Amino acid sequence: MAFGQGRSGGGRGRGDKKTADKQQGQRRPMFRRRKVCKFCADKIDDINYKDVKLLGPFVPERGKILPRRISGTCAMHQRKLQTALKRARQIALIPYVTD
Amino acid sequence: MANRQYELIYILPPETAEQQANELHGQVSDIVTRLHGQIEKTENWGRRKLAYEIGHFKEGVYVLEVINGSGELMKELDRRLKVIDQVVRHMIVRVDEEKQVVDRTRTKRQTESERRRVKRGLPPQRQPGEGRSSDNDDADDDRFDGVEV
Repeated sequence: MAFGQGRSGGGRGRGDKKTADKQQGQRRPMFRRRKVCKFCADKIDDINYKDVKLLGPFVPERGKILPRRISGTCAMHQRKLQTALKRARQIALIPYVTD
Repeated sequence: MANRQYELIYILPPETAEQQANELHGQVSDIVTRLHGQIEKTENWGRRKLAYEIGHFKEGVYVLEVINGSGELMKELDRRLKVIDQVVRHMIVRVDEEKQVVDRTRTKRQTESERRRVKRGLPPQRQPGEGRSSDNDDADDDRFDGVEV
C-alpha cells in the first residue's frame, strides 16, 4: 500500500516533484513509505499520559519528543500527544533527557 | 461547579509499606470528604522504576486517585501534598472535559459507521469473520511503529 514519489497530485508530495525531475537521469527517485498517523489509523481517541506503552515509540533514545515529520502523526494528535508526553514526564514515567 | 473530575497521582518512596500507603490514602480521603468531594477510584500501581532520579530515589510506589470535586478541594489537596514529606512527587490533572470529548467522538464514530452499514444493507454491528482480518496484516503495513533512520 505504499506509494512512491512517482505519484502525481496529492498535497503530501509537495516540493518532491522538482527534486525527482532533477535526479531523473542519474538514479531512481528515492523510495519512501507513506506515513500515516498512528492514532487516526488505529482509531485511538484517548491519548493518555498513563499509557506508557502507547507513548513509548514517540520518545527516542535521547528523550526528545519525536517530530511530526518523522512519525507522520497528524497535527491534532501530535498536539494531544505532546500534552500527554509532558504530563508523563512530570510524573517520571518517561525521561526529560537521557544521555 | 463541583462536578468536575480530577486525577491525582503521587509517588511514594520505594520502601513504603502497604500500611503507610493506606494511611496516606486515608489522609487524602479525609480532605476529600471534608470538602464535599468523593473518591471514585483508587489504584495502587505498586513499585515502578522512575524514568529519572527524583532526589535520591530511583524507584517509587505510584498511587492514582480519581476524585470528583471542586477546584478548591484540589487546591487544598495540592497544598497539603506539597507539605507532606512522604510524597516524593504528585500531580493533579483535570480529566472530565477530555473524557467528554473522547466519549463524544467514540459514540459519533459508532453511530456513523452503523448508519453507513445500514445504508449498505448490512446489519449495524460488524459480524465476526467479516472484512479484512486485522491480526496478520501487521507484517507489511506501512504505519509508523518506531523510529526510522
